[in-house]
Amino acid sequence: MNIASFAPLAVVLPILGAALTFLLIRHSRAQRTVSIALLSLTLLLECWLLASVWEGGTAAVSIGGWLPPWGIVLVVDQFSSLMLVVSSAVSLAVLVYATGQGMADGDSDAPVSIFHPTYLILVAGVSNAFLSGDLFNLYVGFEILLTASYVLMTLGGTGPRIRAGVTYVVVSVVSSVLFLIAIAMIYGATGTINMADLAMKLGDLDQGTRNLLHVLLLVAFGIKAAVFPLSFWLPDSYPTAPAPVTAVFAGLLTKVGVYAIVRTETLLFPGDTFNSPLMVVALLTMVVGILGALAQSDIKRLLSFTLVSHIGYMVFGLAMSSVAGLGAAVFYVAHHITIQTSLFLVTGLIERRAGSSSVDRVAGLAKLSPLLAVLFFIPAMNLAGIPPLSGFLGKLGLLQAGVLLGTPLAYALVAGGVLTSLLTLLAIARVWNRAFWRKPEDAEHPDPVLLAAPGGESQGTGGAGTSSARHTVSLLPRTMVGSTLALVILGVALTVFAGPLFRLSGQSAAEMLDRSSYIHAVLGDEVTVPAPPQPVAQGGGK
Amino acid sequence: MSVNLTLLTVMGVLYACGIYLLLERSLTRVLLGLMLLANATNLLILTTGGYAGLAPLFAKDTDPGAYSDPLPQALILTSIVISFAVTAFMLGIIYRTWVLARQDEIQDDAEDLRVAETPSFDAEDDAVIPEETSEFPLPAVEPDAGGTILAGARQMPASEAAAEERPGSRTTAPNQEGGSE
Repeated sequence: MNIASFAPLAVVLPILGAALTFLLIRHSRAQRTVSIALLSLTLLLECWLLASVWEGGTAAVSIGGWLPPWGIVLVVDQFSSLMLVVSSAVSLAVLVYATGQGMADGDSDAPVSIFHPTYLILVAGVSNAFLSGDLFNLYVGFEILLTASYVLMTLGGTGPRIRAGVTYVVVSVVSSVLFLIAIAMIYGATGTINMADLAMKLGDLDQGTRNLLHVLLLVAFGIKAAVFPLSFWLPDSYPTAPAPVTAVFAGLLTKVGVYAIVRTETLLFPGDTFNSPLMVVALLTMVVGILGALAQSDIKRLLSFTLVSHIGYMVFGLAMSSVAGLGAAVFYVAHHITIQTSLFLVTGLIERRAGSSSVDRVAGLAKLSPLLAVLFFIPAMNLAGIPPLSGFLGKLGLLQAGVLLGTPLAYALVAGGVLTSLLTLLAIARVWNRAFWRKPEDAEHPDPVLLAAPGGESQGTGGAGTSSARHTVSLLPRTMVGSTLALVILGVALTVFAGPLFRLSGQSAAEMLDRSSYIHAVLGDEVTVPAPPQPVAQGGGK
Repeated sequence: MSVNLTLLTVMGVLYACGIYLLLERSLTRVLLGLMLLANATNLLILTTGGYAGLAPLFAKDTDPGAYSDPLPQALILTSIVISFAVTAFMLGIIYRTWVLARQDEIQDDAEDLRVAETPSFDAEDDAVIPEETSEFPLPAVEPDAGGTILAGARQMPASEAAAEERPGSRTTAPNQEGGSE
């Protein structure tokens, strides 16, 4: 009996919630209560899991009593439990935000009743992918979250959403097929799909086969994580979805892909065979992504491009395959999930307040709604990596690891990272100048709500307090602002507690590169862990 | 490991047709392509199990090597269910596209086209700011100074360029959407 015995609950509780909310489809109040309660419970459970592996150690549980190389195992280690906690916290905040939005709009124009079950299924899929110790179960986790995301992406079935949804579904299905092909080939080559068992057996294959399997997995996960040449689909499809959906997609879905790449690189295929190509790809992801962001005038699209660009930082960190680099990447993933989601939530609020999310039309928000300005400013500066905030700390860790590695390519990436950070600041400053500081009269086609007399402000920010508010849609409902505020505070908390968090991610990186704790937890203590093909510490020579 | 050549050939043909169909612009063909790809992959998984053996029901006196490998079949079953769900969803989307747009084609992203057509010149960021030499405001550009100014990639009449310099003069015209004057 170990703590991992409770790990399946992280998947089962959201699925149970989905079933309950589906039954309660006609009772929206009960639906809201059930989904928020179950998600909070899941978050508490995951916090407990994280606390129990905080000092190190890995625990595994075999589902249904089938022993590891044959049955499915769920593995709790520091990395997976950290990801679980951050993702659940973020999805809880987004859920509250979405219910706030639904209440404010009166649930009239969209089939919101299926939002809750689908959303909980999405959370279950994400948890399953993070916990899975079995390659096929990872595939199933991906499919669960993807299928839920198809529904959320096309919620309401309007023209633009269907158009974006088609691209998204086709690209995702192709990447899933690639992943499945990789699984079939791996099974054909080794006769197992348990990840710990694979870590033992993949080393015995000849180099050519290993490289083929490795590249197949990297391409399949690269599409999901939106790494540069495979990132074309993301900025087209994310911005059209409803604001909370975009926020949770941006925060979680690509990070599940990054998580899978980290596992592939550390557990299945250690060594530095593909480190140089990964670094080149990381550099291109960062620079091309942020250049795309500079061309956009829609805030949501701009943020989608910065999302792609910052995936490059994580790939950079893991491509170094050093403890410092991987640790910083783990920290960066946790930071980026929180920040990117809160920025998208704030953009949703901007869209409500100003009637548009295009920087050409939005203006004067700093005066109109100072709270909104603060909510945007903190995560925006955090994303750009301005010193005291966690974005700076994560980037600093990555740059230090890059300098420590000391190869020309690593220095190129360090330079690219700094450049990307500055360009992010430029893109964000453009939004800030136009949407918040510019006078409404200067905007190209300002929304009438911006030009209205300042007297309308009290009604706008105050919520639905007045009697006439029954008929007008409240512009900034308290629940939506509150959940966004909570997420911004979580982002600031990541800065305040960056010390312990950095230590945790460093430890988890060391454990992942060592592999023995993972393999021992799954297969038992008596197996001898094979050494990686090349020594990792001196791996940067090429 | 030995493999069945017939299965392998069928698989190859399915993959080829699937990828060909996937590259079409018509959504129904794309869907057919995805279905072919999924089925080809199922065959691939089946192939990894090796030649067919006995049904994997435990009997004491059977040699373990004589059984079929049950795991690939379990995997195929799962992947069939998943591709079934995705196919149904895709059909729904395609029908919805047809209802909305009366066409069965992949449409271009409107915002993509808009950004692609936007000139690199941005009136707000890049326009030449008229130098104020006197403390009195500059007179507006004379109406008859009909020359053209090179503004970024395009030529624009001087009067129009001047209008862009004076915020609010042109953009809040009553017929514009959102103008409130």
